[in-house]
Amino acid sequence: MMNDYATDPILLKPNHPVGIIGYGAYVPRYRLPATEVARLWKGGEGEGLPIKEKAVPGFDEDTITMSIEASRNALKRAGIDPKEIRAVWIGSESHPYAVKPSSTIVGEAIGCSPHFQAGDWEFACKAGTEAMVAAIGLVGSRMAKYALAIGMDTAQGRPGDALEYTAAAGGAAYIFSPADEAVAIINATFSYVTDTPDFWRRPEQHYPEHGQRFTGDPAYFKHITEAGKHMMQAMNTTPADYKYAVFHQPNTKFPQRVAGLLGFSKEQYKTGLLSPMIGNTYAGAAIIGLTAILDEAEPGDRILLVSFGSGAGSDAMDITVTDRILEHRDKALKTQDYIARRTEIDYATYTRLRGKLTMR
Amino acid sequence: MEVPRHWRLKKQRYALVGEVCPHCSSKIFPPRDVCPYCGGEAKTQFSFSGRGQVYSFTQMTSVPVGYEQSAPYTMALVQLEEGPVVTAQLTDLGEQHVEIGMPVEMVTRKIRTDMDDRGIIIYGYKFRPVLAGPR
Amino acid sequence: MREVVIAGIGQTPVGEHWELSLRNISARAVQAARKDAGGLIPEAIYIGNLIASVASHQANLGALVTDNTFLEGTESYTIEAGEASAAAAFRMAYLAVASGWVDIAMALGMEKYTDLSGDTMDEPTKLVMDYDYEVYTGQTLTSQAGLLMQRYLYENPKADRLAFGAFPLIGHTNAVNNPNAMFRKAIRAEVYEKAGMVSSPMNMFDIAPFADGAAALILTTTEIANKVGHPLVRVIGSDVAIDTLALHDRPDPLAFRAAGVSLENVCSQAGILPSDVDFFELHDAFSVYGVLSLESAGFAPRGEGWKLGIGDKLTLKGDLPINTMGGLKARGYPLGATGAYQLVEAILQLRGEAGENQIPDARLALVQSLGGPATTAVTHVLERMPV
Repeated sequence: MMNDYATDPILLKPNHPVGIIGYGAYVPRYRLPATEVARLWKGGEGEGLPIKEKAVPGFDEDTITMSIEASRNALKRAGIDPKEIRAVWIGSESHPYAVKPSSTIVGEAIGCSPHFQAGDWEFACKAGTEAMVAAIGLVGSRMAKYALAIGMDTAQGRPGDALEYTAAAGGAAYIFSPADEAVAIINATFSYVTDTPDFWRRPEQHYPEHGQRFTGDPAYFKHITEAGKHMMQAMNTTPADYKYAVFHQPNTKFPQRVAGLLGFSKEQYKTGLLSPMIGNTYAGAAIIGLTAILDEAEPGDRILLVSFGSGAGSDAMDITVTDRILEHRDKALKTQDYIARRTEIDYATYTRLRGKLTMR
Repeated sequence: MEVPRHWRLKKQRYALVGEVCPHCSSKIFPPRDVCPYCGGEAKTQFSFSGRGQVYSFTQMTSVPVGYEQSAPYTMALVQLEEGPVVTAQLTDLGEQHVEIGMPVEMVTRKIRTDMDDRGIIIYGYKFRPVLAGPR
Repeated sequence: MREVVIAGIGQTPVGEHWELSLRNISARAVQAARKDAGGLIPEAIYIGNLIASVASHQANLGALVTDNTFLEGTESYTIEAGEASAAAAFRMAYLAVASGWVDIAMALGMEKYTDLSGDTMDEPTKLVMDYDYEVYTGQTLTSQAGLLMQRYLYENPKADRLAFGAFPLIGHTNAVNNPNAMFRKAIRAEVYEKAGMVSSPMNMFDIAPFADGAAALILTTTEIANKVGHPLVRVIGSDVAIDTLALHDRPDPLAFRAAGVSLENVCSQAGILPSDVDFFELHDAFSVYGVLSLESAGFAPRGEGWKLGIGDKLTLKGDLPINTMGGLKARGYPLGATGAYQLVEAILQLRGEAGENQIPDARLALVQSLGGPATTAVTHVLERMPV
């Protein structure tokens, strides 16, 4: 029996309107073509590869360094004093420390210290939007004027595993503010979460496990369609109301198929569909699609974002771009600038860069 | 374990926070509380832009203990646009050819770990070729 | 101030002395110098050393040395000035005798590089750099020199990269006749030109090899030394100058300011011009240091020091012989002990005891030791005394 979301007060809406004042993306320089993984593990079979290539971090990069750069881009666009940011929340499945926050380092590096909330979030690929919803709540309650939420990952797949083709590095940072300062307003968010173990990683394990086909229908498609459909029902909208749509993008096919299931066209999802070029950036995947959209959107454009995290759940966000986008978005590097910065590597270099060679 | 000495330098290392001399307006990095140009007391914090150019560089094929992971790497003297020169690695070079005078920008990266894999990760400034795009 | 002369010198072979400890090599140098000085007993021993406290886990070297040389109770301690430590110790011995505080002082340079093995061997050498702002970035002494050479070639586009080869080539040629040298084999220009890159644009032969070594000198008054019975050499100039700790803090890193200042000061003390000297023992830790030292001394205009390496000028046959017993490159580079070797070698020349490498009638010598890239520069002028 389906709930009547149009009347049920299930939408998350802050008491005071909240928006995005600054946003920033980061994608590392190196690219591993999927054909390289296939060359090693599939005898060169190049048919049906999940993406074209994935972004690989350099030796000296991790979730913290990439979060710092994305946050600096967000700060350049926001044009605010970092001391006014009262929360730095980072969603990731690849925090460099098991115990010790990534967020304290990022907050220190960008100048937020010492009066800010700092915490690391984990919800597989949904950790980024989880941090964003929390930041919206903090600003929307007026506990804080500004809050920074980041989704960033340097994801790893077991050598030869299906995930190795796509597990990539990158993500985005968002600074939330009162709506009157924002380049885009959050109309509402909506979450759909169940206990669905489609993908996980136990402590001390280097690589995750996944349920293969089980990750599809009961996990990815179920949660995204539930969140997207009910969000539109509750907002009283149809796909036609949105200029852009972006979904969690673990590969090329899934986000396109889920867009179709929800009634969105290629015209609406193509701007935010980055996985073919950079792979699956996990906690960064849906929200770096959003930075690519904000880089191009016009005032008044409406955007639907739906993330997905294994475990499992989806956060949907209904967003409207404001006039302020035009004066802010050129103040920092754009998502496509990072995608265009590209050095192709082979599998040998990849194994070195990702620390898969035992050095000691 | 050398946590205290890395910890106390975090602002300098993460974000090139130096000083500006209130007497002669010189920008100072690393901070030293006494202006190296006029000798006056200088304790006013100043955040450097991170933009600069390569003053000199060298590619090292033989690298010290703790830095093997990224060998070979390129060390540089980088002249910051505000004046001071810093020693730092260049990163994200890809196939890019390095030359003296090349514009570079600061990024915060992993430098090494203290001790082995059990120690803290030391983050700090490196420089990369300026990324094209709007400023 | 009293006149100070060198009454005795002693050195041990430079090299990898895996079987010897700090005590062994230092005792050998002390004994050799005392023997050369007719058994004179020093009242004070100044020890030049850089890495013992890290590489050998040994400080309190004054006690270690006196304890092992039957000199218990003698005033003795370490003078640290980077790789110029032994030269600075020599200066302290000079000042102690000149001031009248003691009549007989010893300067001892000692270094045990091979107490460590494996990839941590070079770790202690980084002590002379700025740990907080150079070492942590991945900088080494070698990369510092690579940065200097790259900048030099940029500022002086006419400079011939291969001309830097003169320094290792001369060093190796001169070391052939030095029984205490680490490498007693001449190298050909083609070998230099083909050597593997270590820190671009520097190759393997642009870099002096770290090694073990100990050398000692006994300084005293003319009256006491006259009884010793070999030609006497006196100190007529002694100075030390200091530059910034970090290379990046220098307005002009290629200037080697401290080297220039200390050299100018010793020449003015001695009442000579640099061009008056018969030879120059310079600190060729890297070939580019050789070029920069010659320029800072005024032997060549800025940007033209590389030209001095072309032809015979710097060889034993030339009018400005350098590193007559092999220099750091071929005699070997025992870090903080190096200055003692440079001074001992200069004194051999001035006493006419340099064998095959003897510069005819050598009377005046310039000896310069550097700590870091001329971060510390210790310079001396030595003169053979008329009989």
